[in-house]
Amino acid sequence: MSIIKTFKSSAWLGWEMESNWANPFLFALYSIARPIAGIFLVVLMYWFIDAPENLFALMFVGSVFYMYIFNVLFGVSWVIQEDREHYKVLKYIFMAPSNIYFYLLGRAFSKTIITTFAVLITLLFGALVLNVNIIFDKPLFFLLSFILGIIGIAAFGIIMAGISLLLVRHNFYIGESLAGVFYLFCGVIFPLSVLPSWGQSLSKLLPMTYWLEATRRSLLGFGDSSLEGVTDLQIFRNLLMFGIGFLILSLISFKYCTDLAKKRGILDMTTWH
Amino acid sequence: MNNFERNLRAIYARAYVRIAGTNRELSWIFFTVFLPLLGISAYIYVYKATADPEILNSLLTRVIIGGATLAFWMNVLWGMGNTFYWEKEQGNLDLFFMAPISRTSILLGMALGGMFSTSVRALATIFLGALIFKISFTLESPLLLIATFLLTMIALYGLGMLFASLFLMYGRGSWHVTNLLQEPIFLLSGFYFPIKFLGFHIAFIASIIPLSLGLDSMNQLIGGNFAQEWALMPLKIELLALGILSVLFFYLAIKSLDYMENLAKKEGRLTLKYL
Repeated sequence: MSIIKTFKSSAWLGWEMESNWANPFLFALYSIARPIAGIFLVVLMYWFIDAPENLFALMFVGSVFYMYIFNVLFGVSWVIQEDREHYKVLKYIFMAPSNIYFYLLGRAFSKTIITTFAVLITLLFGALVLNVNIIFDKPLFFLLSFILGIIGIAAFGIIMAGISLLLVRHNFYIGESLAGVFYLFCGVIFPLSVLPSWGQSLSKLLPMTYWLEATRRSLLGFGDSSLEGVTDLQIFRNLLMFGIGFLILSLISFKYCTDLAKKRGILDMTTWH
Repeated sequence: MNNFERNLRAIYARAYVRIAGTNRELSWIFFTVFLPLLGISAYIYVYKATADPEILNSLLTRVIIGGATLAFWMNVLWGMGNTFYWEKEQGNLDLFFMAPISRTSILLGMALGGMFSTSVRALATIFLGALIFKISFTLESPLLLIATFLLTMIALYGLGMLFASLFLMYGRGSWHVTNLLQEPIFLLSGFYFPIKFLGFHIAFIASIIPLSLGLDSMNQLIGGNFAQEWALMPLKIELLALGILSVLFFYLAIKSLDYMENLAKKEGRLTLKYL
């Protein structure tokens, strides 16, 4: 019961922090304009060089779903920084009769919901204004792979949050670096075949590459040519391993990091200046 | 110590924090050079995958200059514009206002320190990016390039000072506005494609952001023939416009700082936190 309460309260808190505390007009503008502008930046690059339509569609879907990787994965790990160093409430959350792991899951949930609004609006914009041909012919494959991917991404965020408990001042850069690595090596805005061979090998080790491929195949009917040899079933298996594996890993690693932070007495340290 | 000397010391002190503070943590230097390179690489691969080899070098030059210059915009937004909000939250703003110095000196110090630190990192990013992706620059007039860069920076940090004064009395809203000024400005400033492609009228309006004109001018100077073909306006006109923007933003920043300070005092918002 306390777990459900924690989850609900933290999800509500996340929503309040990111939406209601700001002017509603500003929040709507911010939630929609930012992602669309970010994607439009790459859209204009593609238009400028008059790139083939199929590459454009791959880039568009990749960019849209990358929003989850950025907002959920790094958003969750950022919660620790924000609560510890900015609002200075992390110690109170630990003292409360709640479960911090589920508190973070709740915050991940609110970030997922907010990102989903931006994703839906951007997809609609892509289909109606940019003429991206979204056929959505594998709804079950999409739904299952999407859920597994989101579980994996949220769990990855919690692993990062655990590591953040032990870090001083580096959290922002580590999160941003990982975001950059995924942006580059998951082939978010370009086909993987253009990467050097070592880069292609690395990209095939990253679960997010398969998550983006699953969304492309189910929404567009085709994916990245470098992953042609990988079947839908193999993608699903990889995502299953990612989702469940990272969920288990997050439980273990977060407990380990929390215990270590308590032992070192650094749960409420302030390191920003 | 006279007033002038005191303000010079304030400028030095505020700049010192920006330079020494950001270099004290060595890992930060690595990250601030390495991070932009990741984004730049992704945009470079977009052009490598799709662009005609004849125009590729000009496009890659644009991406690398744009990617490195992006750090200045982020510094202006977060290191200048949002600073007073941040200092308010940390409890330092009261001390700034109690000190017998001009607020403009604080902003000038932040601007100079931020400009220096970011320049060093941007240069390292350009050097490494050019090395990794084998990009060649066409540099015919280095002095003009330096002058263009400095003019862009003066106009840009003038705008940063204006942001700082405007955000002085605002709370969390300023955080959201700062966030909002990221991607849309990346789009309008032509960081990764010629701003002319937006259409003359949109590009002309976007020229109010000093980086738009600065990037276009710098690309004209080092991006080869294609960059000149893609330029929004002739170099001389762009430099003149940057000069006008520099004076305008600096003047507006000083006026706005006085006005917003008085307003914030009247409304009792100078020391309000978490709002």
